[in-house]
Amino acid sequence: MAESNLVIVGVNHKTTPVELREKLAFTKGNIEESTEKLGGFPEIDENLIISTCNRVEIYARVNDVDRGIDRLKQFICEFHDIPFHTLDKHFYAFREEETVQHLFRVSSSLDSMVVGESQILGQVKDAYSLAKSLQTTGLILNQLFEKAFNVAKKVRDETGIAESAVSISSAAVELARKIFDDLENHTVMLVGTGEMAELAAKHLITYGVKTVYVASRTYERATTLAKTLNGSALDFEHFKSELHKADIVISSTAAPKFIIEKSVVQEAIHRRNNRPMFLIDIAVPRDIAPEVNDLENVYLYDIDDLQNVVNANMEEREKEAEVAMEIIQSEVSKFNNWVESLDAVPTIVELRKRAEAVRLQEIDKTLKKMTHLSEEDRNNLHQMTSSIINKILHKPTVNLKKKTQTSEGRTYLKAIRDLFHLDD
Amino acid sequence: MKIITFNIAMVSYFLASLEYFLFLIYRRPLVSTLATGTVVVGLLSHTMFIGLRSQETGHGPYTTSFEVAVFLSWLVVVVYCFTHWKYKIKDLGSFVIPVAFLILLYATFLSKEVVQFPDTEFKVLLTLHRTLSIIGFAAFAIAFGLGVMYLIQEKQVKSKKLGMMYFRMPSLESLDNLIYKAVTVGFPLFTLGFLTGSIWNFQESESSLFSMDMISIWPLIIGWVLYGLVFFGRKGLGWRGKKVAQGSVIGFVTVMVSIILHV
Repeated sequence: MAESNLVIVGVNHKTTPVELREKLAFTKGNIEESTEKLGGFPEIDENLIISTCNRVEIYARVNDVDRGIDRLKQFICEFHDIPFHTLDKHFYAFREEETVQHLFRVSSSLDSMVVGESQILGQVKDAYSLAKSLQTTGLILNQLFEKAFNVAKKVRDETGIAESAVSISSAAVELARKIFDDLENHTVMLVGTGEMAELAAKHLITYGVKTVYVASRTYERATTLAKTLNGSALDFEHFKSELHKADIVISSTAAPKFIIEKSVVQEAIHRRNNRPMFLIDIAVPRDIAPEVNDLENVYLYDIDDLQNVVNANMEEREKEAEVAMEIIQSEVSKFNNWVESLDAVPTIVELRKRAEAVRLQEIDKTLKKMTHLSEEDRNNLHQMTSSIINKILHKPTVNLKKKTQTSEGRTYLKAIRDLFHLDD
Repeated sequence: MKIITFNIAMVSYFLASLEYFLFLIYRRPLVSTLATGTVVVGLLSHTMFIGLRSQETGHGPYTTSFEVAVFLSWLVVVVYCFTHWKYKIKDLGSFVIPVAFLILLYATFLSKEVVQFPDTEFKVLLTLHRTLSIIGFAAFAIAFGLGVMYLIQEKQVKSKKLGMMYFRMPSLESLDNLIYKAVTVGFPLFTLGFLTGSIWNFQESESSLFSMDMISIWPLIIGWVLYGLVFFGRKGLGWRGKKVAQGSVIGFVTVMVSIILHV
C-alpha cells in the first residue's frame, strides 16, 4: 500500500474562537516568508498555507507523518509566538487520505460556515498559486490541489449546494425572479429607507431592475437614496396612488401600524390589470396588512417569511451536502489510486505488460508472413524477442526501484507513466 | 414493420416520460439530453408509422378513432418539440410527453381496421374540421403542461412553502405569457374546427345544428366555452395567472373527455 505522506494541521471557525483565529492568520505580508521557512525544514517536502478569516491550515507532504504534524503545530505556535499548550486543543490534524478528503470538503465549501458559499474556492486557488510560484509544492500537492478544484466544480454542477439563496436580500431577489420573467423591465418601489431595503434594492438592480422609486416620510432621505440608486423620489403622501406602477414593493418604515392596507393593494392590482405584484415587508412592526397575500396575483413576504425561506434553503444545502460527500468519497479513492500508481511495483508491472503486448502483436504479424518456419524456429523467435525486451527493461526497472526510495522517486515514476502513456 | 414503428414510438414516449421525471427530481443534465433524444427517436418512428398507415389506407390519418388518436399524439409531440426548441423550458417534457404517451396508449385499445374515408360530397369540410381541431388540441396540450407547472409554482410561492419544485419551475410571469400564447394559437384553430364540423354535420344531415348525439357534443361545447373565457378573459378582461392556468388545465381535461366521446 503506497502512502501519500500528506498531512494537514489547522484551526477553523468550528474549533477555534475568532479571538484566537485572528492571531493565527498569515497575512499577505508574512505568508511568503512563512511558506518558504516551512520549506526549509528537513521533515517537510512540500507545503502550502491557506489563511482566511474562517480557517488557517497548512497542507504538507512530509517524510514522517507524526513528526511532520508536530513540526507544523510547533511552527504555527512559534511563528505567532503563542504557547503550545493554549493552542494544542484547538488544532485538528489529518493524515494520508483524510487530508485529501478534508481538502476536497473545504474547496467544495462543505466545511464553510455557510455551506455552499463560493468564496472559499477562490481563496484556496489563491493560496495554491502563491505556493506554486514559491515552488514549495511538488508533484503530489500539485495533483491534490488541481484535483480539489475539479471536485469543487463537480460538486457545484451536480448538486444544488450553491443553488438557493441564504441571505434575506438574496432570498427576496430569488423570489422576484420566480415571479417575474426577467427583472429588466420591472419597477421597484421602496417605501421607507431602511438599510436592508436599500441592500435588497441594490441586489435587484444588479439583476437588471431599471426603474426605482423611493418614498420616505422625510423627503430629503428619499432623494438621497433615490440618487444612490439612480431612481426618483416620491412624495410620501402620494405613494399609494403610485403603487400600481411598482412590480416590487419593499417596505421598511418605522410606522407603528400597517400603512398599506388590503384595499390599497386591491386598487393597485386592479389598475395594473392584474399583472402580479411582489410585496416585501421588512419592517418590524409590519407595514403591510397580512391579508394582502389573499389577493390573487399578489405575493406578500414579511421578514419572518424570508427568514423561513433562508432557513429552509440552508437545510436544503445540508441535504445536498450529503450528495456532495458521495462525490467526494469517490474522488478521494480515485486520488488514492493515483497515489498508489506512483509506487514502483505496479508501474513496472504495467510497463512490462505494455512491452509484452507490443512484442506479441509484432511477432504475430511476422510469423503470419513466415509460414515456412518450423515450430522450433518459431519458439526461438519468441525467446529472442522476449530477451530483447528483458534486457532493455532491466536497467530502468532496477534504477526505478532505487529511485523510488529517494525523494525524486515520484518524479521518475510520473515521467515513466507519462512517456509510456500508462494512465490511458 | 408498421407495428414495430408504432411500438417504438409508444415505448420511447414512455421512457422519455420517465427520464423527464428523473431529471425533474435529480437534475442530471445528461438525463435531460437523453430524454429529448428519446422523444426524437419516438417522433421519427411515429412519423414513419403515420406515413406507412396513410400509404395503406390511401388517405390522411384522420378517418377512424384510432387514426385520430395517433395523429393527435403525434401533433402534441411536434408542438412540444417546437416549444422546447423555441422557449427552452426545461421541465415542460415531464408534463406534456406523458399526455402524448397516454393518447397513444389509448389508441392501442381502438380498432385498427382500415376504413375508407366517408363518401361525402363535403370531403374538404370534413378534412378541415378534423385537422384544425387536432392542431388546436395539440396547442391546448402544451397550455395544459404549462398550466400544471404554473399551478405548482403559484401554490409554492403563495403558501411560502418553497419545496424542490420551486427551484425547478420557471417564473410565473413567463409561464403565464406562454399559456396565453398557446391558447392564442389553439383557440382560433379549435373554433374553426368546431365551426367546420358543425357546418359539415348540418349539411350532411340537413337538419338542425344540434341533432347530433348530445352526450358527445356537450363536453365539447363546455371545453370550447372554457377556452373562450380564458382567451377573451386574458385578452380583454385582464385575467391572469391562476385563473388562466386553471382554465387551461380544466379546459384540456374537458376537451380530452369530449374527444373520446365524440370521435
